[in-house]
Amino acid sequence: MALSITASRPDPALLDLPWDTPLEDWPEEYLAALPRGISRHVVRFVKLSGRVLAVKEIKTVLAEREYQMLRLLRRLDLPTVEPVGVVSGRVDKAGEPLDACLLTRHLQFSLPYRALFSQSLRPDTATRLIDALAVLLVKLHLAGFWWGDVSLSNALFRRDAGAFAAYLVDAETGELHQSLTDGQREHDLDIARVNIAGELMDLEAGGYLPEGADPIEISTQIVTRYTELWNELTGPERFEQGDRWRVDERIRRLNELGFDVDELSISTDFDGTQIQIQPKVVDAGHHSRRLLRLTGLDVEENQARRLLNDLDAYRAANDRQNEDEEIVAHDWLAKVYEPITRAVPRDLAGKLEPAELFHEVLEHRWYMSEHAGRDVPLEDAIADYVSTVLPSKPDEMAVVGVDTVEMPVVAMFDDD
Amino acid sequence: MATVKYDEATRLYPGNDKPSVDRLNIDIEDGEFLVLVGPSGSGKSTALRMLAGLEEVNGGKIWIGDRDVTNLSPKDRDVAMVFQNYALYPHMSVADNMGFALKIAGVDKAEIRKRVEEAAKILDLTPYLERKPKALSGGQRQRVAMGRAIVRSPQVFLMDEPLSNLDAKLRVQTRTQIASLQRRLGVTTVYVTHDQVEAMTMGDRVAVLKDGILQQVDSPRRMYDHPNNVFVAGFIGSPAMNLLDVEVADGGVKVGGSTVPVERDLLSGASGNQVTLGLRPEDLELSSDGQGIPVTVDVVEELGADAYIYGSTKASQHVDDDEDGDAPEKPFIARVDGRRPPQKGETVHFAPKQGHVHVFDATTGERLGD
Repeated sequence: MALSITASRPDPALLDLPWDTPLEDWPEEYLAALPRGISRHVVRFVKLSGRVLAVKEIKTVLAEREYQMLRLLRRLDLPTVEPVGVVSGRVDKAGEPLDACLLTRHLQFSLPYRALFSQSLRPDTATRLIDALAVLLVKLHLAGFWWGDVSLSNALFRRDAGAFAAYLVDAETGELHQSLTDGQREHDLDIARVNIAGELMDLEAGGYLPEGADPIEISTQIVTRYTELWNELTGPERFEQGDRWRVDERIRRLNELGFDVDELSISTDFDGTQIQIQPKVVDAGHHSRRLLRLTGLDVEENQARRLLNDLDAYRAANDRQNEDEEIVAHDWLAKVYEPITRAVPRDLAGKLEPAELFHEVLEHRWYMSEHAGRDVPLEDAIADYVSTVLPSKPDEMAVVGVDTVEMPVVAMFDDD
Repeated sequence: MATVKYDEATRLYPGNDKPSVDRLNIDIEDGEFLVLVGPSGSGKSTALRMLAGLEEVNGGKIWIGDRDVTNLSPKDRDVAMVFQNYALYPHMSVADNMGFALKIAGVDKAEIRKRVEEAAKILDLTPYLERKPKALSGGQRQRVAMGRAIVRSPQVFLMDEPLSNLDAKLRVQTRTQIASLQRRLGVTTVYVTHDQVEAMTMGDRVAVLKDGILQQVDSPRRMYDHPNNVFVAGFIGSPAMNLLDVEVADGGVKVGGSTVPVERDLLSGASGNQVTLGLRPEDLELSSDGQGIPVTVDVVEELGADAYIYGSTKASQHVDDDEDGDAPEKPFIARVDGRRPPQKGETVHFAPKQGHVHVFDATTGERLGD
């Protein structure tokens, strides 16, 4: 059978990879990181045209199914890794058939959960990861996607203004339905709870979990956090005719959580004294969409919220509340945001994403001001942050790791 | 352990006008290994998920033991989906990898240890319990994953195409392991596959579904010897049964130029002058006198003791076919003695072995006779 590459935007360099060799035996020169740990499938990270690709060796039907599934999920605007293509029809040098390979693009500045636990850790890291995973699961479920293998290792995490944003990495077991039944959602939650507990117990056994953290207790938080969010996003609410302000209040609460309400059903009981409202269609990304519209910046939800707050503060401080929002946003971008993100020397640019850096500098400025007992100018805060804090941060642009990797592995690029 | 009962169980997806599973009735005995098999879209996975609690049941009921579980949530049904996830945790011992889910469920330590040890014995993993998964072979790792489901000692195991991501060799191995393991454990198991060979080799009984409707549920032997209709006849068995449309004649059916004897009783139930004749490739003999079904040989697949003939025949003629024109060519497969197989291009004649003739109604597809 002839080698066949299915890809949305094929890179001819793909042809240069050693497809006639089992993935397990690919020579180091192709790899962006050395393989570690054990995994259900063979997965390798390869360098290709200056980027990192994840290559997973699985049966052709499964590779094609997962590729199409990831494309569908991306089209639905769900946070997942970007599928690059499927290479099938592989044969080894002796003419024996080899499994297909699914290619996905490595998500820049994303972190496998294990990498986070091997850094010196804030005690609530596990909780923040669970929160991010709960948000991801709610988003997927709202779209009718049943994951089937919810776990920390099947997600990647990006820093998001002190919190995390989770991305789906592995869609192998997933199914897209019109909508999910309660049973399907519960089953996903049950799988999540067991997997998370297992993953945390493993970290505990390896000495990576902070003292006193209880894997089982933390794992049950996925259920609580998910249920709270799900109910807030989808649950009906009843009130008296006179309390109509509660409609706006509900929408405001959903916006606060980062969701827009596209459709809200309002019904009254037969004598019209009671009103029931229920969100029918909600859309994640309330803040990031607004920021994108105003500034063209495409960032995570909490980062967007942080940036928008700073933009509002800028408007107020400069007494420009009555001006066109877009014009003020343009000025803010040029005078506040860009000077901060440009202040980073090139060799430190791989440490943090610009929006996260912005958030960190603002935090840093707040602490400096508190310490000094006066407002520290932004320029001073940037200079201090870049010289004292940033250099000690790990490089996070290309941290890669297989699902059961024991230690974070940083992609190694030649200096070209 | 428990029995499982599908009682007129129906699943209709919103927006569809035809149910994906239509009034399914199956009684599964305690400890039985039941395989649901069918082509894609047959409703086999949906049926399994209805039992797991992942699909709503829109009509009828599902029972596990004497409990009506129709409206219970998945975790309250005491069923285990096996192989959903077999990630192993590298820092944990094999014993902990098998038992950690019990810890979450609040089972006490001594009980966990007891169940893990029992499962390890069944899975031949006892010497490895204190080791890390890294030290295990691929097959052993997979058994640890099975152990994770076993220690939960659920009432029913559910498996949805568990072997689909394994390569052919490992699939056959694991198939045997699962089947023998299930027999040793005696836990009622419902297993879904699209592969009829898998179904026939693993199941105590096999349930064939098509378009959401149960076609037949029987032991593999009975299913093979006695398919209820044309669909089951063509679906079960590899290579597939030859199905020819033929005319009823005196004392039998007309095939090619000759008459194949079929009992009169069998044919009397036919709704017309035509029937569908079913002949398994392994139930045919080469005839030397030019009588029987004429077959032109296209390919000879030699397997040593046996050989398979892949050819075509014009012996099948449906009433709707153009009577003036040539009869259409239909593929025909037969097993012959491997030492003297016919040659490619040759035309040979096959006669069915005595008592191995299946006859189906040409209109309804139902089996005629018993």
